[in-house]
Amino acid sequence: MTQQPPAFELAGVRHRYGARTVLSIPHLSVPRGETLGIIGPSGAGKSTLLRLLQGLERPAEGIISIDGEPMPDPLPLALARRVTTVFQRPLMLDRRVRDNVLFGLQVRGRKDRAPAGPLLERLGLTELAEAPARRLSGGEVQRVALARAMAIEPDVLLLDEPAANLDPANVARVEALIRDAQARGTTIVLVTHNTHEARRLAHRTLLLIEGAVVEIGPTAAIFESPVEAKTRAFLAGELVY
Amino acid sequence: MSLTFQVTGLALVIATVIGVPVGALVGLTRFPGRQLVTLALYTGMGLPPVVVGLVVYMLLSRSGPFGSMGWLFTPPAMVVAQTIIAFPLVAALTMSAVEGVDPDLRLQVRALGATRWQTGWTVLREARIGLTAAIVAAFGGIISEVGAVMLVGGNIEGQTRVLTTAIVLSTRQGDFALAMALGIVLLALALGANAVLLQLQGRTR
Repeated sequence: MTQQPPAFELAGVRHRYGARTVLSIPHLSVPRGETLGIIGPSGAGKSTLLRLLQGLERPAEGIISIDGEPMPDPLPLALARRVTTVFQRPLMLDRRVRDNVLFGLQVRGRKDRAPAGPLLERLGLTELAEAPARRLSGGEVQRVALARAMAIEPDVLLLDEPAANLDPANVARVEALIRDAQARGTTIVLVTHNTHEARRLAHRTLLLIEGAVVEIGPTAAIFESPVEAKTRAFLAGELVY
Repeated sequence: MSLTFQVTGLALVIATVIGVPVGALVGLTRFPGRQLVTLALYTGMGLPPVVVGLVVYMLLSRSGPFGSMGWLFTPPAMVVAQTIIAFPLVAALTMSAVEGVDPDLRLQVRALGATRWQTGWTVLREARIGLTAAIVAAFGGIISEVGAVMLVGGNIEGQTRVLTTAIVLSTRQGDFALAMALGIVLLALALGANAVLLQLQGRTR
């Protein structure tokens, strides 16, 4: 069996905003089909990393490869369309909920409206399908944003705090959908403040602090027997930023 | 009345077809000289119609560079003048409308796989209330305008006389009743046109 190239590979990646280095990752490889959890305090560079992987920003230095090939600049549409992000602060289009969910399919020229129904149902949003999306609550918006990303069935799913504003029942719904994507072989990068969520979903977990990788390893190992002192302190809630 | 509607309507359509893409482009992209373009558009919003009329008059007069077209004192000259008045209004207000759309929305739309054009179109759709305001403002600016159409049209009966110039003439002749009646027709026309525009805005929702 030939080895598949990783979904993402970062080599010598540095990113700056002005003079401040916000991300510095000498090497990181995300195999296809893996769910990589990224934990870390606020301002650690987690969202920046997702923007780089989505191709919305270019790293100041270094190379990001997709499927073994360096990301071309500009990113060809076909490549860009294999990846999608659920943002930390999802914004709804001023349309009905259903039309928001179908947006990704619509821009791909697919007029099929069927995929929205089951997704909305599984996220408990069926009753809101025809409601104006701008009138939804924060938790509802978050679920619609996930449905919108799932409708595309991307190869790579970048999730930025996908369950941050949800009650336990809705966390379960969201995580069930994420598990489906895992079962389909979707590569997932999951940024979360919630270490329990990372434990439940991630194959490997990475701790990012001040733009640097402190520790990365199988999720169980990171949580049960962390090597680095900083990881132990972070997990114990002793790292204050 | 039908000439008023034709001249203003055509000028508005041309100004919208050019002004909306220009406004969107200036609002959504960054390029050298953008500040200057913005300044020019904002200044253009306050162009005195009579000055526009004067310039168009000189350009189209027999000795002017476009004199050979024979447009002076014809409806096309009036359309040209009104288009010039309406364009900066449409472009500048379109620009502020698209700038009012959260920049993060553009990123999210792109992350969902939209091309540049699809992203621009989506942002325009999001800004549709501001776009309607832009078109309504431009329409209001030119349907009520008298200086430019008077100069370049000449207020020739049956050829270039529009409601505003007819009102000026009737008032000068002391026929206040006719002037007032024409004024009411003009208002009704504006009311009807704006009602249609608002209706269109609602339908794209």
